[in-house]
Amino acid sequence: MSSVTGKKPFNWLPWMPWIYTVALFALWEFGVRLSGLPHTILPAPSRIWEAIIQYWPAIQRHSIQTLYTTTVGFLLAVIGGLALGLLVGWSRFIYAGLYPIMVGFNAIPKVALVPVLVIWFGIGTVPAILTAFLIAFFPIVVNVATGLATIEPETEDVLRALGAKKMDIMLKVGIPRSMPYFFGSLKIAITLAFVGSVISETVAANSGLGFMMSSAQSQFNVPLVFAGLVMLAVEGIAMYALMAWIEKRTTGWAHRSTMMAV
Amino acid sequence: MDKVGNNEAMSEHLVTIENVDMRYGGVDGTLAVSGLDMKVRRGEFAAVVGPSGCGKSTLMKLVTGLHIPQAGVVSVAGSRVTKPVSIVGMAFQNPTMLPWRTTLDNILLPLEIVEKHRRRLRAHKKEYIEKAEALLATVGLAGFGSKYPWQLSGGMQQRANLCRALIHEPELLMLDEPFGALDAFTREELWQVIRDLHASQDVTIVLVTHDLREAVFLADTVHVMSARPGRILDVHDIPFPRPRELGIMYVPEFNDLVQRLREEIADARAVA
Ligand SMILES: Nc1ncnc2c1ncn2[C@@H]1O[C@H](COP(=O)(O)OP(=O)(O)OP(=O)(O)O)[C@@H](O)[C@H]1O
Ligand SMILES: [Mg+2]
Repeated sequence: MSSVTGKKPFNWLPWMPWIYTVALFALWEFGVRLSGLPHTILPAPSRIWEAIIQYWPAIQRHSIQTLYTTTVGFLLAVIGGLALGLLVGWSRFIYAGLYPIMVGFNAIPKVALVPVLVIWFGIGTVPAILTAFLIAFFPIVVNVATGLATIEPETEDVLRALGAKKMDIMLKVGIPRSMPYFFGSLKIAITLAFVGSVISETVAANSGLGFMMSSAQSQFNVPLVFAGLVMLAVEGIAMYALMAWIEKRTTGWAHRSTMMAV
Repeated sequence: MDKVGNNEAMSEHLVTIENVDMRYGGVDGTLAVSGLDMKVRRGEFAAVVGPSGCGKSTLMKLVTGLHIPQAGVVSVAGSRVTKPVSIVGMAFQNPTMLPWRTTLDNILLPLEIVEKHRRRLRAHKKEYIEKAEALLATVGLAGFGSKYPWQLSGGMQQRANLCRALIHEPELLMLDEPFGALDAFTREELWQVIRDLHASQDVTIVLVTHDLREAVFLADTVHVMSARPGRILDVHDIPFPRPRELGIMYVPEFNDLVQRLREEIADARAVA
């Protein structure tokens, strides 16, 4: 009967992320309190929050440093990845030649490269930026090249039948077509960039969240370690959301079903 | 450039295909067409029918210069085809609209490629847009230019596809089953569009189709192909005077002709 009078049901969907997040922290808080785990093993969220407030100036400084190295490394990866992706997708010969090299390079754990980078550039910001770059670079290349390599032959024929040169086909079809792949890869790339910069900061730096957490750990300051993790999660979510937003804005046509629904 | 035959014959035939073999994928690949001969006069409306997989699309790609045959000669407008020919407009079997462009921008795409137009495009954009909108109106899509292709139905996309093949005013229009995926009513509507287009403009049309009624209704000549490897078995002249109305499909002569064609293709399939 109430459905006939037709009060629109409340739309829960946009609230679900918040509800689940709050529920997770509540569960965590209760779990820790009930089991009586010492905060040197697993601090409760309230204890982590205290640590965040207590060490805020330091946390803020290290967070900005990590955000900075990650973003710079990521931007380099975007430029380099886009350029190499277009090059690789341009010609089957370049693709065949570079592909095994790239796969091999990607198989190297990037943490193993940090010592080399330190030898070349010293401890600090530069190795962190480069590690973020190296790790975020690959998915962008692969995605852009895939977008170019999977042009439907029919579409290419339409242009070729009109006398289009390779360059025309690239500009009119290849590049626009690979854009959804490119913007899709940014979400993966930014997440990996954080992994790269934090790895490098943990091993060889004197600032950044990675450095902060490894020093906190050596002092058994577990709540501060967790505070660092929380800050990383926050930065990661924010950057991921930014990339998802950019993706949606730039390549709406690739999400046709969602656009149709609007 | 291969000068063959006398001048008169050259000006009469816009398309000549002589003894052409086309094999896909190297020496052991599929022989798609073999010993293919075909001539299309300037201004003619030619239809090509034949069993599925017999090489009809291949024939279209040979004429547009997308494929170069291993043997034989294809010439368009008196010159041998060795690369894509820009006086040809082609509508492919599947609509290939680019999803990131509006329908109007999709239709304008050939102008950005064809040498003759791309230099004029920027300065005369308005004029070209008007032309594209006029074309959209002729196929019954007036006002849909700003929509994206994926916002159009399949039939509407086919019509837009047709506009794109026409925008650069090709002398030769190659249509590969352009109405394949359409319902009967839309199909008949578009037959009339094509018929009027052929009547009003100086265009030569080659149409590949599975629909024998479509072939007989629209064409001056119907070319019947054999099963793969395809070649032309027979050419029928269609005697019905123009302009033709849809009503002629119900006269006995029309149906007799369709029936004859049907039997011929059934035989061609049986041989394979
Ligand atoms: N790109 C290709 N590579 C290899 N073989 C091909 C290719 N294109 C077509 N073929 C083969 O050539 C033959 C003729 O193909 P074609 O597309 O010309 O047939 P069709 O007459 O257009 O068929 P349909 O009526 O089903 O569209 C087929 O046997 C097909 O398998
Ligand atoms: Mg075909």
